[in-house]
Amino acid sequence: MANAQPAETFSPIFGRLTFEWIPVHEPILVATFAGVALGGLAVLALMTYFKLWGPLWRDWVVSVDHKKIGIMYMVLGFVMMIRGFADALMMRAQQAMAAGGSEGWLPPHHYDQVFTAHGVIMIFFVAMPFVTGIMNYVMPMQIGARDVAFPFLNNFSFWMTVSGALLVNISLFIGEFARVGWLAFPPLSGSSYSTGPGMDYYLWALQIAGVGTTLSGINLIATVLKMRAPGMKLMDMPIFTWTALITNVLIVAAFPVLTATLALLTLDRYADFHFFTNDFGGNAMMYINLIWIWGHPEVYILIIPCFGVFSEIVSTFSRKPIFGYKTMVWATACIMVLSFVVWLHHFFTMGSGANVNTFFGITTMIIAVPTGVKIFNWLFTMYKGSVRLEVPMLWTIGFLVTFTIGGMTGVLLAVPPVDFQLHNTLFLIAHFHNVIIGGVVFAVYAAVSYWWPKAFGFQMSDKWGKRSFWFWFIGFYVAFMPLYALGLMGVTRRMNSYVDAGWQPYFIVAAIGAVLILMGILCTFMNFYVSIRDRKQNRVGGDPWDARTLEWATQSPPAAYNFPFDLEVKGREAFWTMKQQGFKWPTENYKPIHMPKGTATGVVLSAIAMIFGFAMVWYIWWLAILSFAAMVGIGIAHTFNYKRDYYIPVDEVAATEAKGAAV
Amino acid sequence: MSADTHSHHDDHHDDHHGDHDHGTMGQLMIGFALAAILTIIPFGLVMAEVEMDRTTLVGIIMGLGAVQIVVHLKFFLHLSTKSEEGSTFMSTMLAVIILVIVLAGSLWVMHNMNENMMPEHEMDQMIEEMQSLQSQQG
Repeated sequence: MANAQPAETFSPIFGRLTFEWIPVHEPILVATFAGVALGGLAVLALMTYFKLWGPLWRDWVVSVDHKKIGIMYMVLGFVMMIRGFADALMMRAQQAMAAGGSEGWLPPHHYDQVFTAHGVIMIFFVAMPFVTGIMNYVMPMQIGARDVAFPFLNNFSFWMTVSGALLVNISLFIGEFARVGWLAFPPLSGSSYSTGPGMDYYLWALQIAGVGTTLSGINLIATVLKMRAPGMKLMDMPIFTWTALITNVLIVAAFPVLTATLALLTLDRYADFHFFTNDFGGNAMMYINLIWIWGHPEVYILIIPCFGVFSEIVSTFSRKPIFGYKTMVWATACIMVLSFVVWLHHFFTMGSGANVNTFFGITTMIIAVPTGVKIFNWLFTMYKGSVRLEVPMLWTIGFLVTFTIGGMTGVLLAVPPVDFQLHNTLFLIAHFHNVIIGGVVFAVYAAVSYWWPKAFGFQMSDKWGKRSFWFWFIGFYVAFMPLYALGLMGVTRRMNSYVDAGWQPYFIVAAIGAVLILMGILCTFMNFYVSIRDRKQNRVGGDPWDARTLEWATQSPPAAYNFPFDLEVKGREAFWTMKQQGFKWPTENYKPIHMPKGTATGVVLSAIAMIFGFAMVWYIWWLAILSFAAMVGIGIAHTFNYKRDYYIPVDEVAATEAKGAAV
Repeated sequence: MSADTHSHHDDHHDDHHGDHDHGTMGQLMIGFALAAILTIIPFGLVMAEVEMDRTTLVGIIMGLGAVQIVVHLKFFLHLSTKSEEGSTFMSTMLAVIILVIVLAGSLWVMHNMNENMMPEHEMDQMIEEMQSLQSQQG
């Protein structure tokens, strides 16, 4: 692998894209491509055979229904999780083998791409779609709305995220991906050390997906503030809606920083600027400072909606209102502000000195306090409640245990002198997987099992749900506890091979843990399969869990308009109160319901955005100019589209409601 | 849904004073006058080459710029604690807080880093030593 990259050439038509960039000489990639191609062809054939292209396009791709978009976000998350987890397995296998002089099976050029892709995919294209998907699906129904504030924007945001994800996947078979770690610090990510298209794939994929994320943030804030059912005050909103609001405020406040930082790096790489170089007054450390100003709020963007998910589940399955509603809201608000004053703890070792480090060390420890408040609120909600240990509740308890451990190792890392020992070691890796798997992943699984019957009208399999939980739970500890130990021994992250054979047993245990997690993932997919197969036996009505918030007042699955009548809300836990008062939907006097109409503009614009990104990566300037002009043109043309809404006639509403009532 | 939203919107208009959202001519004129004055003063200071400490001059210009921002927000963007049930004001305050944190924090962090990692006097010393070494060898 002495000459891993083809020589740089440039042609006016294909830019720097040549046939040498197709990795036909890499057996791993060729096999992957064959697998993807065969699988893809099988899917295409089946779709054609069952004539699903029309329904897919009409009911999903162009749909502006927040529920459909929410489900599509979840599908994107699960698909990309397969890709990201494959990367994880490859790394675990590599490190289990490459001890004491052995080089393992992945050459450094490939291994570096794998760990970069793993991080980028898991954060931007797995965790983010998951939390956005859950917020999209649940939040509008919790506030008694029929859709989000800007339905077209929602569709557009989703497809922009897909475009970014596709661009990352294209890099697997055309060219290469970045070899710089998930945050791409310069000077390594600058033009002199990252030649080739890999780093540019990174930049354009994140910028395109970032447009989607920011717009979706704006959309959901407007939805919470403007679309609540009459009577629902802010302090009456379900906790999940509160966390969705606060997360989206964080997105709108933090993501522009990422966009600006990556734009500066793009200027460095494309236009010979010197923001982050050592020459001409640039400063690479400024990049690290800026990217973490986004990066730390980002981890709270991921975890805060998950706190909301657990709040809903704990309260439902303990049959009690959440303990300390106000403290929960204020704790979340505190975390929101505090998450902006801790970023330097990611680079204590960079040399800002003792007083700066002390300030950020202390703020980091302070942010653990509101998080601790939440943990106790959940525990006290369960205390003396009639707790039902259903699958969502198992994930919640697994979360409480795991997340608390991860939180404590985080507080440990917040002590600057300790951090000097542990910085960039596997201890850090173990810590953030501890909070992201124990927090975000567990929350996503809990949310899927909790809201699945709402989304599809039938329960998931209990047996496979429990299997999935136990494999994930145990697998997590087996995979990451050895990394804590290795980190304390001083093993640094991102190592392709190591000399000390004494470390190998730990890495082998970690690899076994990864296989256990793989079993957990397989059980989840088995669960999807079994549940869909047995859907007729497991049909449920609107409120299978005896829950407390408004989304359960709809049918399962909810009608396109969510609620047949406008709701008037009084106080917290609106649906619980309604149930106490013997609420039933009226069965007559329906009115036509005003709804937004689907449009193909979102998917078309995003597809062109992807072509634009691809053209920029490969320096195909004519195509970049053309596709950019097309985006602007179609965007303007769309403003002349006045056919954006329609009325669902009374008959149709009546028919839908009668069908729902029959379950 | 948007049909309902429209009717709500109209209700709001009736509740408030009609001119609330767009400001009166008087307000706009006050804003214009203030903005003009706040622009003329710094330009005047620089163009008249007033005898003044450079730091003070920059301070005055920056300070007037900050006041100018407030004037724009108040008189042209009609920022008040009342509009949109206070959420406009709240979100502006949050934006200001975060901007201050990010700017002040970055300056503090980067300044300290430069002090510690690249102390100027040591750099100067090093350059001198290098030069003297070179001249000895030369």
